[in-house]
Amino acid sequence: MSNPDVAMNIIVCVKQVVDPEAPPASFQVDAATNRMVPGPGVTSVISPFDEHAVEAALRIKDKQPAKITVLSLGANLLREVVKKPLSMGADELILLDDDAFTDGDSWSTAYALAMAIKKISSYDLILCGRQASDWDAGQVGSGIAEILGLPSVTVAKKIEIGDGKARVERVVADGYEVIETPLPALITVTNELGQARYPTIKGIMTAKKIEPIVWKPADISVDLSQIGTAGRHTKLVKLFQPVREGKCEFIGGQSPEEAGANLALKLREAKLF
Amino acid sequence: MAEFKGVMVLGEASNGRLTGITAELLGCGRRLANDLRQELSAVLVGSEVRGLATEAIAFGADRVYAVESPLLKDYQTDAYLLAMEKVISQMMPQVLLMGQTAIGRDLAPRLAFRLKSTATMDCVDLAIDPETKGLLQTKPVYGGNAHAIFTSDSYPQIATVRAKTMSPLPRDPSRQGEVIDIKVDFDPATIKTRLLQKVAQTVAGVRLEDARVVVGGGRGIGGTEGFKQLEELAKLLKGAVGASRPACDNGWTPDVLLIGLTGKIIAPELYIAVAISGSSQHLAGCSASKNIVAINKDPEANIFKPARFGVVGDWRKVLPAFASKIREFLAG
Repeated sequence: MSNPDVAMNIIVCVKQVVDPEAPPASFQVDAATNRMVPGPGVTSVISPFDEHAVEAALRIKDKQPAKITVLSLGANLLREVVKKPLSMGADELILLDDDAFTDGDSWSTAYALAMAIKKISSYDLILCGRQASDWDAGQVGSGIAEILGLPSVTVAKKIEIGDGKARVERVVADGYEVIETPLPALITVTNELGQARYPTIKGIMTAKKIEPIVWKPADISVDLSQIGTAGRHTKLVKLFQPVREGKCEFIGGQSPEEAGANLALKLREAKLF
Repeated sequence: MAEFKGVMVLGEASNGRLTGITAELLGCGRRLANDLRQELSAVLVGSEVRGLATEAIAFGADRVYAVESPLLKDYQTDAYLLAMEKVISQMMPQVLLMGQTAIGRDLAPRLAFRLKSTATMDCVDLAIDPETKGLLQTKPVYGGNAHAIFTSDSYPQIATVRAKTMSPLPRDPSRQGEVIDIKVDFDPATIKTRLLQKVAQTVAGVRLEDARVVVGGGRGIGGTEGFKQLEELAKLLKGAVGASRPACDNGWTPDVLLIGLTGKIIAPELYIAVAISGSSQHLAGCSASKNIVAINKDPEANIFKPARFGVVGDWRKVLPAFASKIREFLAG
């Protein structure tokens, strides 16, 4: 990446998930299969932190020549969902779309993605969301980096590229750290990056014309015992919904102001301040 | 697995002291070690950490491994990975616990992949399976809409633990333990990343994570003006202000005040949630609060579920009257 005229190759990994913004009541667990069953009308989306990762790639492309390849793994991925990064401005979409890829854990997913990235072969930067909104693990990015032997920086809110390096602002509890990493590197992105851009009409039209490249397990030379369910290192013993008891005592009044004053009275009675 | 034995905690220090989560991890680790009838050890990694070993022992460790090097002064992924890889390969613990902190979040997954083992992130409950002696790791998933229990048969079983979900043991300075130095030889070339700068974004007043009273604001607050009212109330109650994601994303309040899954985990005596709907992601950060009081105009808002007291109404009208009554009481 020493030559600024040569396009930088960026790979962004995105996951299709059940819309995490759906009302909590619409999430139901099927105890027999240990699976989450989305309620009626709940749609699928790109996991929000992954959209921030796409945005981070686009911000780099705003400043210098870059080719953005989006990579997603699943089975029967919905084209209207996984094409969103293309309509935001990404250039290419590769889907690892096969039943054999599904129901994996961080291990089998990171392995399959790393093998696909090896096949893509030319990359300067790999971006992932800090964690997916379904399992909230936040392991796949670091796993890919470890498998590929790349440096990794997690929970980034800003990425600047220069001199073959990335300068990353990494969010920590009481502020942020500025970390420099050589490229190629893997960076995971957090929402503190700022709002991801909306697709434009032009972007949507362009995305329509881009046909995703679909790779099956054989296309990326994976060991079938290492992907999907077969490749899991962890076992899901149980999935359940903790009971949240609704025991809220509602405080009223003749007016909202009176209710406010009554609440203060109640808190004093309960010795809460 | 016969060779993997013992429970190990990765301690963290801040300003020359063990952090709160470290004491919580030691409390949890002690319980697991007792259930396994094995030892509890603590690992301290840094440039000058040996002096904290007695504290780790006072909070429950039988043994402390101190890994000191100038290159370990600040957390850096590659350096800590090397250090922990070395400690694990020598000591072979069955269970390794870390905090779900800036360090644990970054280190645990990468270490698990390096060791060909597994990690479960952000656990809120840990137990030993009485039959298999494996670690049962419970973590919230789907933004907190469900909990999953994971286990694995690769060792060490690594888990990161959410702050304020485990109880520390009372500090016992009379406890005895052993301190062992572990030397790690670094080839600086293996540390690929470089920490250039640390930028502190602190907010004046009581620290959000330590406050006894927290006043939180959400989407319904509508802007920075509203947050000024929350700040006044927090000041009155000697508490701190926090926020939910929409309020931070809109820039009404700094990101460091985010309460939730990816932000601060709070457990105050009193949490007053104002115009916060109560998404599962937000509840992940505040459900350990002893008493939640919610003010929201939507009677169906999710925040009322964990709340002890609630007022259904427009916060713009409810809050000033509430605050002035409190001021009156405090004036005596």
